[in-house]
Amino acid sequence: MPVQFNLNGVLCVEDGLPPTTSVLDYLRQHKGKTGTKEGCAEGDCGACTIVLAREDESGTAIYEAVNSCLLMLPQLDGANVVTVEGIADADTLDPVQAAMVETDGTQCGFCTPGFIMALYALRKGGEKPTDEVIHEALAGNLCRCTGYTPIVAAAKKACGNAPPDVVGARATLVPSSSYATENQRFSAPTSLEDLAALRAANPSAHLLAGGTDLGILTSKERQPLPEIISTVHVEELLEITETDDYLELGAAVTYTRALPYVKRLYPSLATLITRIGSRQIRNMGTFGGNIGTASPIGDTSPCLIALDATVILHSLSGARSVPLEDFFIGYRETCLGPSEFIKAIHIPKLSSGQAFRAYKISKRYDQDISSVIGAYRVGISDNKVASIRVAFGGMAATPKRASASEAALAGKDWTEETVLAVAAAVAEDFTPLSDHRASQAYRLRVAENLFVRLYRDLSEFEDLTDVVAA
Amino acid sequence: MTGGGDTVDIRGAAHAKVKHDSAVRHVTGKAIYIDDMPNVPGTLEALFVTSPHAHARIISIDGARALAMAGVHAVLTAEDIPGHNDIAPVFSEEPVLASGTAEYVGHPVALVVAETYDMAFAAAKAVRVAYEPLEPVLSIQEALANKHYTFPEQIMERGDPDGAIEGAVNRVSGRVSCGGQDHFYLEGQVALALPGEDNDMLVYSSTQHPSEVQHGVAHVLGIASNQVTVEVRRMGGGFGGKESQPTIIAAAAALAAHKTGRPAKYRMRRDDDMVVTGKRHDFDFTYEVGFDHDGRIEGIDVVMAMRSGNVADLSSGVLARALCHGDNCYYLPAVRFQGYPCKTNTVSNTAFRGFRGPQGMFVIEVVLEHIARELGKPVEDIRSVNYYGTDDRNTTPYGQTIKDNIIAELTESLKNAIDYDRRVGEVERFNAHQTSLKKGIALMPVKFGVSFNTPLLNQAGALVHVFTDGSVHLNHGGTEMGQGLFTKVAQVVATVFQIDIDNIKISSTRTDKVPNTSATAASSGSDLNGMAALNAAETIKDRMAGVAADHFEVAANEIEFRQNRVYAGNESLSFAALAQMTWAARESLSSTGYYKTPEINWDAKTLTGNPFYYFTYGACVSEVVIDTLTGESRVLRADILQDCGKSLNPSVDYGQIEGAFVQGMGWLTSEELVWDDGGRLLTHGPSTYKIPGSRDVPPELNIHILEDAPNRVPTIFRSKAVGEPPLMLALAVYLAIRDAVGRLGGGRLMPVLNAPATPEAILTAVDDIRRRAEAGAK
Ligand SMILES: Cc1cc2nc3c(=O)[nH]c(=O)nc-3n(C[C@H](O)[C@H](O)[C@H](O)COP(=O)(O)OP(=O)(O)OC[C@H]3O[C@@H](n4cnc5c(N)ncnc54)[C@H](O)[C@@H]3O)c2cc1C
Ligand code: FES
Ligand code: FES
Repeated sequence: MPVQFNLNGVLCVEDGLPPTTSVLDYLRQHKGKTGTKEGCAEGDCGACTIVLAREDESGTAIYEAVNSCLLMLPQLDGANVVTVEGIADADTLDPVQAAMVETDGTQCGFCTPGFIMALYALRKGGEKPTDEVIHEALAGNLCRCTGYTPIVAAAKKACGNAPPDVVGARATLVPSSSYATENQRFSAPTSLEDLAALRAANPSAHLLAGGTDLGILTSKERQPLPEIISTVHVEELLEITETDDYLELGAAVTYTRALPYVKRLYPSLATLITRIGSRQIRNMGTFGGNIGTASPIGDTSPCLIALDATVILHSLSGARSVPLEDFFIGYRETCLGPSEFIKAIHIPKLSSGQAFRAYKISKRYDQDISSVIGAYRVGISDNKVASIRVAFGGMAATPKRASASEAALAGKDWTEETVLAVAAAVAEDFTPLSDHRASQAYRLRVAENLFVRLYRDLSEFEDLTDVVAA
Repeated sequence: MTGGGDTVDIRGAAHAKVKHDSAVRHVTGKAIYIDDMPNVPGTLEALFVTSPHAHARIISIDGARALAMAGVHAVLTAEDIPGHNDIAPVFSEEPVLASGTAEYVGHPVALVVAETYDMAFAAAKAVRVAYEPLEPVLSIQEALANKHYTFPEQIMERGDPDGAIEGAVNRVSGRVSCGGQDHFYLEGQVALALPGEDNDMLVYSSTQHPSEVQHGVAHVLGIASNQVTVEVRRMGGGFGGKESQPTIIAAAAALAAHKTGRPAKYRMRRDDDMVVTGKRHDFDFTYEVGFDHDGRIEGIDVVMAMRSGNVADLSSGVLARALCHGDNCYYLPAVRFQGYPCKTNTVSNTAFRGFRGPQGMFVIEVVLEHIARELGKPVEDIRSVNYYGTDDRNTTPYGQTIKDNIIAELTESLKNAIDYDRRVGEVERFNAHQTSLKKGIALMPVKFGVSFNTPLLNQAGALVHVFTDGSVHLNHGGTEMGQGLFTKVAQVVATVFQIDIDNIKISSTRTDKVPNTSATAASSGSDLNGMAALNAAETIKDRMAGVAADHFEVAANEIEFRQNRVYAGNESLSFAALAQMTWAARESLSSTGYYKTPEINWDAKTLTGNPFYYFTYGACVSEVVIDTLTGESRVLRADILQDCGKSLNPSVDYGQIEGAFVQGMGWLTSEELVWDDGGRLLTHGPSTYKIPGSRDVPPELNIHILEDAPNRVPTIFRSKAVGEPPLMLALAVYLAIRDAVGRLGGGRLMPVLNAPATPEAILTAVDDIRRRAEAGAK
């Protein structure tokens, strides 16, 4: 079946192009829409930003900025796609365009269409454009010329006052369940059984959720993946369940959708999530994908391990639950069977007296991969460490619990001396690698010091984020 | 030149805040970059096959398997080059395709030409190259020890530095280094070559230097320069990275087009761009300095060892500029700057905004800090006693007398404006009650010499046509990379004719319109091209005035151009009517214009002369906070005062200052080029190489352009160059981080902190200085 979508309000029906064609290449090479630019083809520069518009369950229009370089063409199925060419009304510029002209927000102009679309989504979302919101919304867009100040000024000028709006025209589009060419197939099942059956029939197929990780293989490495199974139309994988005791996130739930829940239940994790990639990445990227990569430097896994999360794995033969810490069995290796997939992540709520903290250390605050990430669930009572779970990323071949460090803290007085003394245990827990992000020595030193930060943080000392956010 | 530009009753006059001419096209996606041009049917894609070895003998290249693949039209090697396999901008033997040996990881050894990028990508992997790996030289230190240079060392010397250091009451020595930097222009390198009849070649190239691309292509194809036309309307950023580097991409595209007879495009993808093309030079410095009780420098000897990379490229000019900026704002009575262009098996480094001025200043500022710590005095006191004088102590190490020095007043006025002393007190108070976080604050003064170090490059041409409807076509040798040059030059022409800027069509830079141009570089774009355009426009204006004088029957000097009209007393004509009349009078409405910078000279042998037409000045105070547990840092505030002369366009100049400052900040903090021990660059995309993002910009960034500061020499409307100088203001950020670290050691210990000051570098420096302070305390 062909894929169908609206491109700037015009229906496009596409058949015959390889399913791994990136949306960026499609726009530029097949539609002559060259306003959208390529700056990296790896999701990091934002020059390729476009907006996908949809209605949520309540009928509210949602505008999400995404990286067209990482998207595969069939991921557009049923979508309303907006590009930089589609927002000015004849000769009247969109307010974000007008503001960028007014504030001198363009120099070479190459990054500009991407910024325009990120700002367009921000404006349509109606958020109040505080500095914090603007930086978060622009974290996925790089500009080498302007120094950003005029772009931030344009955001302030144009955003925060958009009238409510309807997307429309979506109802007519029926997503197709399969898109294929001679050598490649892209399947988009809509039920758990269909997904399980497809998975069982194609154990070597690539599962695709948001594609913010897998998309690099097709966008940059140009791999013509033969068999792709998309998970994002499977109802069961999109569920968010909250009870008194836990939060359960379907594997295909995006960061953006989960964020309000996480903010309420685990604020420090929410802060961390707003540093995962950029809005573009978080609008597509999922928890299932983050865990599915089994990356030793993925951000959510150490947090979820510290929170004692379990993953619910599913296949034709049913479901099973595995503690996340046991899910990773080696470097980029998991205990996932060949016909299994992740259905959901089950996260216990914090009990009273427990605190959760996550610290991400990277060269740049926004949109950077962690050199080290430390995550802590701590219970303090009577000034003693009543309970503690600690996990790190970037310190081993997998996201890993710091058992010796936990043991060194459990039951001890909650003082700075106690956390300073944990250093030896950290060295026992981890033998990290040196790479281009950080050396082994630095990783170990930071891991030790993060215990001190934890202590000072919970004891309400000021930290860097406070100073910067102030 | 001097009087003009004060009239503001036309749109877009000189000194007005005129918007970038392409702003609306930028925001609507309608600005056309080379990869956006409609494809001519049959256009092929070219792609390099590159060396995986830092140093290897190429034994054989077998393209048979690749050639057999669908859509592949050619696999080309050095032997297929019809002309000369050499695109060196200054020296020679810098090949397009390596022949014999590969000299760095990423060195192009073959060129695949196919119908689509994907086909080329697959074919490039199928080309079999047999190598015999050779021992590479990968570090500056190794090359320096073996005197392994790409061209002879440059030693700039005045007086008897050894004697002066020896005889001084105080002496310190030390070493420090700074990293390189990738340009990270958002638009990667790209060229599109269209073969014409008779072996002619039209090349669209994203280049700051169309003439050099023209020469390179002609040389490689073995044809004359008049057969090659190079055009560029705009680049998506350049920053020096598109000065000499585009030649190899354009030459490859042209070679592909020449061999296949079809149009060929080479658009380098980001990772290839970062691996294959050159960057800012990294430097290792060692210094020894002698000074008196006040910290006044008596003698100084600095070794500046830079990574030239596998070939010389522009490094000789780069090194000269580093030497010429090793003084920054300070008088050095006896001095030796020793520059060594270390040849390593890494990509050839190249021009980058500042052209090594930043590195020169980097070391002298560390030296001043060292003196201050040694004497236990504020570094500001050390700066004051060492600043160049206005009447004496005002000759540079290369013998140029500085005639426009304003640095002492400029820094004073910035310090007063921001209440510097109070701010230092606040930093101290903050640090006293904070545990994890510590602040630092620092000032950075900048003096930057304007003109190409090589005098012959300081020339430019322009071409202006007036049409009979009064519209104007403007062309010049400068290129537009976002810096607003086209807008500024159009303002010049609008001002000459006194017509609204909307009447002036700014056109692509083309080698067949204005030939033999210099690169748009060294901040000189508007200085040179603005003057050339002014001369062209004035020639036409004089002719038009003559026609008007005849018409009104007055003397030509009574004709006045004003508000889109031409006046003789109370009588007037529209500019368009006069254009029509001038044509009818059979006077040419077209003219070239030419300009060469006066007064400059340079002796490259003795490294002496007056290389700079003038100097421009600026200063910045930055305040930072570091986390002593993790080494993370943030710039909290920066205040900048920059000299732009009488700014041609304050909007554009603000943009240049902000952008350069943030780019400089990136160089000194988050942008780290990491190579593995096989010479492979590990940080070759934005996922691993981190340029500043919007949050990294200081939340409080105050920029002021120095007022009432017309250039003392007659530059275009008395403006000053602004493209590069503010980049060096970002050294304030690095110095402030050093200050924060230094405060942990009590003030007298030198922090051991190289640039970039990444979290790891900062944490290591913090731990180190605390250890030393503790050891000293015991
Ligand atoms: C610019 C950029 C910045 C990034 N920044 C960060 C960051 O700061 N921190 C971080 O942790 N990550 C980061 N990432 C990585 C990536 O975005 C995240 O890991 C994201 O969560 C992946 O989710 P996805 O839905 O896009 O995964 P996809 O790309 O769709 O899939 C990723 C992998 O998971 C598998 N998978 C997907 N769903 C399932 C399932 N249900 N069951 C089993 N396997 C499955 C896929 O087969 C694939 O191998 C970044 C990526 C980019 C491009
Ligand atoms: S091209 Fe850089 S994010 Fe897509
Ligand atoms: S304007 Fe050039 S990269 Fe942003």
